[in-house]
Amino acid sequence: MHGTMEQHVGGTTKLFMTVWIALLVLTGIEVFLSYMQTPLVIMLVALMGLSIVKAALIIGYFMHLKFERFSLFLTLIPMLVFCIILLFIFIPDAMRALGLRPQ
Amino acid sequence: MSSDAKAGTLTSVWHGGGSPYAVDSKKFGMWLFVISDALTFSAMLVAYTYLRMATPNWPTPFHFSPSIVFSTVMTLVLLSSSLTMVMGVHAMNHDNRKGAVGWLVATMVCGTAFVVLHMTEWMHLINDEKVTPFGNPWNEPLFGATFFGITGLHMTHVTIGVIYLGIIAFGVGRGKFKPIDVEVSGLYWHFVDLVWMFVFPLIYLMSVKM
Repeated sequence: MHGTMEQHVGGTTKLFMTVWIALLVLTGIEVFLSYMQTPLVIMLVALMGLSIVKAALIIGYFMHLKFERFSLFLTLIPMLVFCIILLFIFIPDAMRALGLRPQ
Repeated sequence: MSSDAKAGTLTSVWHGGGSPYAVDSKKFGMWLFVISDALTFSAMLVAYTYLRMATPNWPTPFHFSPSIVFSTVMTLVLLSSSLTMVMGVHAMNHDNRKGAVGWLVATMVCGTAFVVLHMTEWMHLINDEKVTPFGNPWNEPLFGATFFGITGLHMTHVTIGVIYLGIIAFGVGRGKFKPIDVEVSGLYWHFVDLVWMFVFPLIYLMSVKM
């Protein structure tokens, strides 16, 4: 192991168990929400919001990014988020395509 | 300024000398792979969202039983596998090779259970609901194409992950591999779990049959 590459021993068993239980609870909430009679857009926002929270827990604690140097986070995550947002540039076209369908 | 002094200045500026992120090159390589693969799945899920929004009568074929029950259990299994994986990394970091092998095998069992449950769910859709990648009773062939495309790619990742963990577990048991190797395999496995956290709500929960 190189001198500057100290092994990150981030987190304890108790912390990992807590994160795991939080992920299970959030999954339960997602399943419950899917059976609520809510408009599609609201359900989509709620489910994606919960999924982003779950993703953050997994990346931060299970993938140890929380325990890594902040420069690693800055190099990887903002670029990923920006590229994913750029992908949504196509979505308005779905409305146009919907209008082209024969009724 | 001497070369040593220059090196010292660089170290103090970067706090990592030749390694500004202070991570092993293997780990950084896996992070780059994870980011690129995340973009692949993102593109597929955005394409799925596009098609769904552009299709007025998108099928919602997933009954509570077996589809939602199965996919929920699969989610719980995958989340549990992430816990066993992180415990394996933890054990390896504490020089507990026997414990690490045990946790890795537990992760592989969870991964295999996920694949078996998923294949059962696929067979139900193909045989009972008559949904294939090329057609379905609702005349919306893109439903099957996107469903089997996205879940199939994910299942392929899980299968490769189980094989990858098997190789790592075998090596760790024989006294090979360092903690960083287990941690790198853990990064891949957690990524597979991470992708499912978006596939499950977008594909299954948004298409439940009321």
